[in-house]
Amino acid sequence: MTHATLDPGAPDLPGAPSRTASRTGTAAGTRARRAARRRAALEWTAVHSLGIAAAAFFVLPFVFVLLTAVMSDQQALTRSLWPHPFVWSNFRTVWDTPGFLTWWRNTLVYSVVGTVLTVVSSLPVAYALAKFRFRGRNTVMVLVISTMMLPPQVVIIPMYLFWAKQLHLDGTLWPLLVPLAFGDAFSIFLLRQFLLTVPREYTEAARVDGCGELRTLLRVVVPMIRPAIAAVALFQFFACWNDYFGPQIYTSSNPAAWTLSYGLESFKGAHHTNWNLTMAATVLVMAPVIMVFFFAQKAFIEGVTLTGVKG
Amino acid sequence: MTAVHPALRARRRRAALRNLAFLSPWIIGFSVFFCYPLLSTVYFSFMHYDGFNAPVWSGGRNWSYVFTEYPLFWPALRNTLWLVVVMVTLRVVFGLGVGLLVTRIRTGAGFFRTAFYLPYLAPPVAATMAFVFLLNPATGPVNHVLGGIGIPGAGWFTDPHWSKPALTVLAVWGIGDLMVIFMAALLDVPREQYEAAELDGAGAVQRFRHITLPNIRPIVMFAVVTGVIQTMQYYTQPLVAGKVASGIIGNSGQQFEPGYPDRSTLTLPQLVYNLGFQRFDYGSACVVALVLFVLAMAFTALLMRRRNGFLSAED
Repeated sequence: MTHATLDPGAPDLPGAPSRTASRTGTAAGTRARRAARRRAALEWTAVHSLGIAAAAFFVLPFVFVLLTAVMSDQQALTRSLWPHPFVWSNFRTVWDTPGFLTWWRNTLVYSVVGTVLTVVSSLPVAYALAKFRFRGRNTVMVLVISTMMLPPQVVIIPMYLFWAKQLHLDGTLWPLLVPLAFGDAFSIFLLRQFLLTVPREYTEAARVDGCGELRTLLRVVVPMIRPAIAAVALFQFFACWNDYFGPQIYTSSNPAAWTLSYGLESFKGAHHTNWNLTMAATVLVMAPVIMVFFFAQKAFIEGVTLTGVKG
Repeated sequence: MTAVHPALRARRRRAALRNLAFLSPWIIGFSVFFCYPLLSTVYFSFMHYDGFNAPVWSGGRNWSYVFTEYPLFWPALRNTLWLVVVMVTLRVVFGLGVGLLVTRIRTGAGFFRTAFYLPYLAPPVAATMAFVFLLNPATGPVNHVLGGIGIPGAGWFTDPHWSKPALTVLAVWGIGDLMVIFMAALLDVPREQYEAAELDGAGAVQRFRHITLPNIRPIVMFAVVTGVIQTMQYYTQPLVAGKVASGIIGNSGQQFEPGYPDRSTLTLPQLVYNLGFQRFDYGSACVVALVLFVLAMAFTALLMRRRNGFLSAED
């Protein structure tokens, strides 16, 4: 993400003032240059003040949540902003709340297993859509994009009836995990976007060397698109971690199968007005996502860019 | 020619089998988890079905119920429309604004980009609960701070006039994805165009109008249409906000009249849940699901018309 170079209004671009300066005398030139420098300083200040104001809007909610998370019960009910004293044990209290650890484990299973299943099943589909020529390829692509854009509520009634009334698997994680073993539209779309950037020569060369398609994919293509796989895995991990609707539909009957997203709310219920504990729980749910992001920032941002920009 | 034919045919068949093998996860998934349930949704929309007694044909009864009697349908549609107009507009405007800002920031660019991006990652349930707390009229820090500078705070999630604006603030807070997309698009605008315009004496506003905007128009369109599709699916945030702000005891099974306060946070997807899983009227829930389907497909078609780029295969 080299971005600093493009800067439409940047004063260091060859602009009118310096041009005039070279044509007129030195005194006027110095004055013009000084004016340009002053304008640059002014712009720097304006841009960065605006940046700080915007950053405050984006960061302060996190700060307030963190501060409230370490307040005492009584203080959280008042309008004070600074914890006095700092009650770090709130995190411990949340952690020890019955259910919390189970929900944490369920969320981890859903996110990790779901991510692996998604990548393994979406990769061959994306590869076929990017590298094979066949009739109906565009139709498949249109259908993939359509399902990607579809609200999950559209098909939830029959899906629920199928899992709950026919297979009796509601109250477990199975209804959430199994569909991910059959390709996820968004992941297929994103992987295909990446795969289109892999030069055809590589796959062609592998084929000439007698590599089967599957070997080509695993040995030649996968190592080349490792960042793409990381991006897709991250998106899926976050999607599972953040999913609320799926767990609400399929696991609500059995608290032992709840995930954090779904359990978090009832946690709030268990401690009706305890905003401090609620915010401590919120921090504990947000923390892993943010930590994962800091480890894999680049892959993630590349993924976001590619969904919107490259066609 | 005739001699090559069988070999060629064999090769074609092998290629077709290979394609099928690679596509099979999607083909199975699409049939089992999409086609079959979609057809079932259509089927159930004409049935009276409560999940216990066998489904009974009821003709257009569910359809007329949803459109003429179900008291939540029209408020939900109106809310969705409100959210589409206000939320999508503000998200795109702020996303572009922050994108522009970020391309001009020199010092501490990494810090600013991360700060603008992080809220996008916050899990929706956690973020919503955080905002219900932050905007709590009695104990929340936002009204406290507003009061400190002499602005009377609003009722936010507890006031039907302010609950949608509160949701909008939450949505604008999470524009990190749009910022990244706009930033990438802005960096792709050819620099020479700006230099030429500057030589012609164009000011910043003119440069934005005549160079930046035309260049990034496709991305703006993309952001608007995907924004509309996302808003159609808007579910977790309004539901959790309504529940938490109304003080309902979490997932205790306590009946929750969705849309608190006063149906103001009701959206279409919530109706599927309300009809199907709270009132066990699966038939009517399927009607709402189909309404959602038609709306989402209409905008998806628009998106694909605008950006056939989606389908371009550069091979």
